[in-house]
Amino acid sequence: MKPALLTIDHLYKRFNVAQGLFPKFSFKKARFVAQQAQVSAINGVSLEIGTGEVLCVVGESGSGKSTLARIVMGLLRPSSGTIKYCQQRIDHLSARQWMPYRKHMQMIFQNPYASLNPRMTVRQTLSEAIRFHFPALSRAEVNDKVVSTMLSVGMQPDWASRYPHEFSGGQKQRISIARALAVDPVLLVADEPVSALDVSVQAQILNLMMETREQHALTYLFITHDLSVVKHFGTRVVVMYLGSFCEIAPTKTLFSHPQHPYTRALISAIPTLTPHQTKPIPLFGEIPSALKLPAGCVFNRRCSYANQRCQSEKPELKPVGDHIYVACHGVEENRI
Amino acid sequence: MALLEINHLEVRFASKTGDVRVLQDLCFQLEKGERVAIVGESGAGKSIAAFAILKLISRPGFIHRGEIVFEGQDIVPLSGRAMRHLRGNRISMIFQDPMTTLNPVLTIGTQMVESLHAHRSLSKKQARDIAIDKLQQVQIASPEKRFDQYPHEISGGMRQRIVIAIALLLNPSLIIADEPTTALDVTIQAQIMELLMTLCESQQCSLILISHDLGVVANTTHKTMVMYAGRIIEMGPTSAIIHDAQHPYTQGLIRALPASSQPGQRLNQIPGSMPSPQHLPSGCAFHPRCGEVLQACSHALPSCTYRLNGKHRVACHLFTPPLISSGNN
Repeated sequence: MKPALLTIDHLYKRFNVAQGLFPKFSFKKARFVAQQAQVSAINGVSLEIGTGEVLCVVGESGSGKSTLARIVMGLLRPSSGTIKYCQQRIDHLSARQWMPYRKHMQMIFQNPYASLNPRMTVRQTLSEAIRFHFPALSRAEVNDKVVSTMLSVGMQPDWASRYPHEFSGGQKQRISIARALAVDPVLLVADEPVSALDVSVQAQILNLMMETREQHALTYLFITHDLSVVKHFGTRVVVMYLGSFCEIAPTKTLFSHPQHPYTRALISAIPTLTPHQTKPIPLFGEIPSALKLPAGCVFNRRCSYANQRCQSEKPELKPVGDHIYVACHGVEENRI
Repeated sequence: MALLEINHLEVRFASKTGDVRVLQDLCFQLEKGERVAIVGESGAGKSIAAFAILKLISRPGFIHRGEIVFEGQDIVPLSGRAMRHLRGNRISMIFQDPMTTLNPVLTIGTQMVESLHAHRSLSKKQARDIAIDKLQQVQIASPEKRFDQYPHEISGGMRQRIVIAIALLLNPSLIIADEPTTALDVTIQAQIMELLMTLCESQQCSLILISHDLGVVANTTHKTMVMYAGRIIEMGPTSAIIHDAQHPYTQGLIRALPASSQPGQRLNQIPGSMPSPQHLPSGCAFHPRCGEVLQACSHALPSCTYRLNGKHRVACHLFTPPLISSGNN
């Protein structure tokens, strides 16, 4: 396997929840203590991202996939656990110490309407990032870089003096991608980059992301809920549910031989153009609240294979084949 | 007689620079119990079509011309009062986001009973019984408890179930669902679509399903209409639209889906994006993005009467009868 570019180790993230005017109190060590309710967004996940991979993280809303992306980018601090970039620990750095890494890791957000400054032209948006990370460049060199970046994402350089509102959603997302690429990053973290776009435009942006990956030798951490995009684009997939990883597998294997019951249900629920050969596997109910995680396997309440052990003991990710890891007692015991 | 018949419906929005046509020449029929889909990308005018059928277009928009014949009666000239009698009673609508559809300060029960009292003279007890019965039909566990809860206390999928229950309360003959599952996760989407289909079937209710997702449409409707820039460009049985699409735009839409390409291959993209209704290209609105442009495309509008056969219709110059096309080219 290629050397790991990014290593995530036993990552936890908990958010405190506002309690309203009258928090609940409990009596501790001869003192009244306000009980703090917590949302467990991420519960002890470990992952390695190799150079050149397109690692897709899929899951339903509330599974913690965006939180994971934000922690990797240093926009949130983990509650515990470590993140290493090229063997250097980065999760505990101060904002200033983070700066050199920002040049290597860039992010593309879901909503291009919100992630571009409406009062800056395309040139200003792109050159701000370039000037910040390459302070030695002259004005002309910065401008050359703006032009070459715009060309590389398929935009005409004479659009540089336009403002974001003059562009359609797809074009705006091109500008976001251009802004990320302008500083020659190594890792691109993309949080649902095509979810807000129409099918015909989505295809344009996915093609662009695939082209830039080849041209710039990029590594992607791609967050999405859309499995058909994953199947097309990803090299490896992580399936996330309620802050834990259910399954990690190469894309081909995941779609041909899904192991975890949640992965199977998720894949069977993709709407397809040809009628399903098999009926979608029904899942009971919905994703539980992260305020109060279920005991044992987080998926046990919606799983039709759950037994006593699933309700009490949390399954660990275990290798079941070539680069395939599954966290399921049923798979481990060979009863699924 | 068809349940709903729409003839040459046109919706315009008044603006300083003149009227903008956002929906043009909409014609279709819907039989009792039939399910039809309107698909298209954002800006195609599919939601406007849905709102127009309920006469919910508000100023500066207005219905410029056309007929909407519902159960034998043209509803375009009807008064607001007469329309209120139809809405929720004979025609119901399900919107995209269940959080904004439900009133956050009223309990679910209040909102259900309110709609019953508006159209029927029922006692409180009777209304409550009907509401709880409907909640059971949409498979909500412990409906008595949910009846007294507020929308924020329940999850997104369950909220959409409740919206469906409210839509079905008065046994309407037509439901218009505008992207009912777009805000939901895939596994929940599968549940909700399944539920909507079974309920429509058991109550003999017709459905107009508006969606941008061809995959959702493929497994649920009898007929599909594809819209582009305010017009229907192709219409036919759903399986024919999916497997034998004729219009270059429909073909492009289907080919652009990641599922239509081999993993890792380039996707077949359609260049450009949907034009704004203020600056529609001349002739066929799709011609600047089309790969099979003919001479006629840039100046003559293809009419929607070019039929492949009785059921499958395409508005494209590629299918113009030979006599006319030889004259134009």
